[in-house]
Amino acid sequence: MSGKKSTTVEVRLPTRLGFEKVAMATASSVAKLMGFPDDRVEDLKTAVAEACINAIEHGNSLNEKLSVGVVLSAGTDELEVKVIDDGTGIKHQPAKPDIDRKMHGEEDPRGMGMFLIQALVDEAEWVAGTDGKSSYVRLVIKLDKGA
Amino acid sequence: MLEDGDQTIVQSETKSRVDQITSPAGQPVTVLRFEGDIASTSKAAVLGTYQALPKSEVKLLLLDFTKVDYINSSGIAVIIQLLIEAAGAGQKVSAFGLSAHFNKVFTMVGITKYAGLFPTQVEALASL
Repeated sequence: MSGKKSTTVEVRLPTRLGFEKVAMATASSVAKLMGFPDDRVEDLKTAVAEACINAIEHGNSLNEKLSVGVVLSAGTDELEVKVIDDGTGIKHQPAKPDIDRKMHGEEDPRGMGMFLIQALVDEAEWVAGTDGKSSYVRLVIKLDKGA
Repeated sequence: MLEDGDQTIVQSETKSRVDQITSPAGQPVTVLRFEGDIASTSKAAVLGTYQALPKSEVKLLLLDFTKVDYINSSGIAVIIQLLIEAAGAGQKVSAFGLSAHFNKVFTMVGITKYAGLFPTQVEALASL
């Protein structure tokens, strides 16, 4: 967050598909309060949704005893979102999806979430928890981008 | 109060409807109209509805997203599965009614190579 004062909003989601929409709505509200244009709010909503879906499906392996943390830190010129799960983190970045390979059955039609996250926000990093859990993805969207 | 297993609170069920229309050139066109969310739970509504169509009769297919609010990557994967089957059946597919954001997302993942995207049904029909 570049060392500047920030305002934090936290949401805790159940590990259940569909609840990513709660995080989307929260991120959208915060981004609108910060003055992000509508197209960037939509980018952020999709990136946050995909991060939460990954946390629910892969990080927490759909275990409903666990939860997904979403921490939004609003600075003066950027919004940082951390999506935290109880997984061990990703070992390596998947290859960029290839529509031709998908159409020819050479690649799973799924597997586009991380690509979309990286394409839609200004910064995205995946951090493995040092204790073997509490891994997170950190997204940053900057206020001047596309303004 | 949220109850265990209550999915309806945050997920909007996908609805689909099939319409038969005619292109400006006089060709029969099948329109799949979707409503609600397109996500991993949409497979039956999207792919199941498509698979129930008579393949030998359907040559031109339009996908209507006008009433779709939310599409995630799992939902896009379901659409790609539909496009794979349509390509195998020699059908031409176009889509319309996507928001500007999802138009951008579909373009990012390369769907435009296999299905034209148009703002409205009129423009999609004119492309056939």
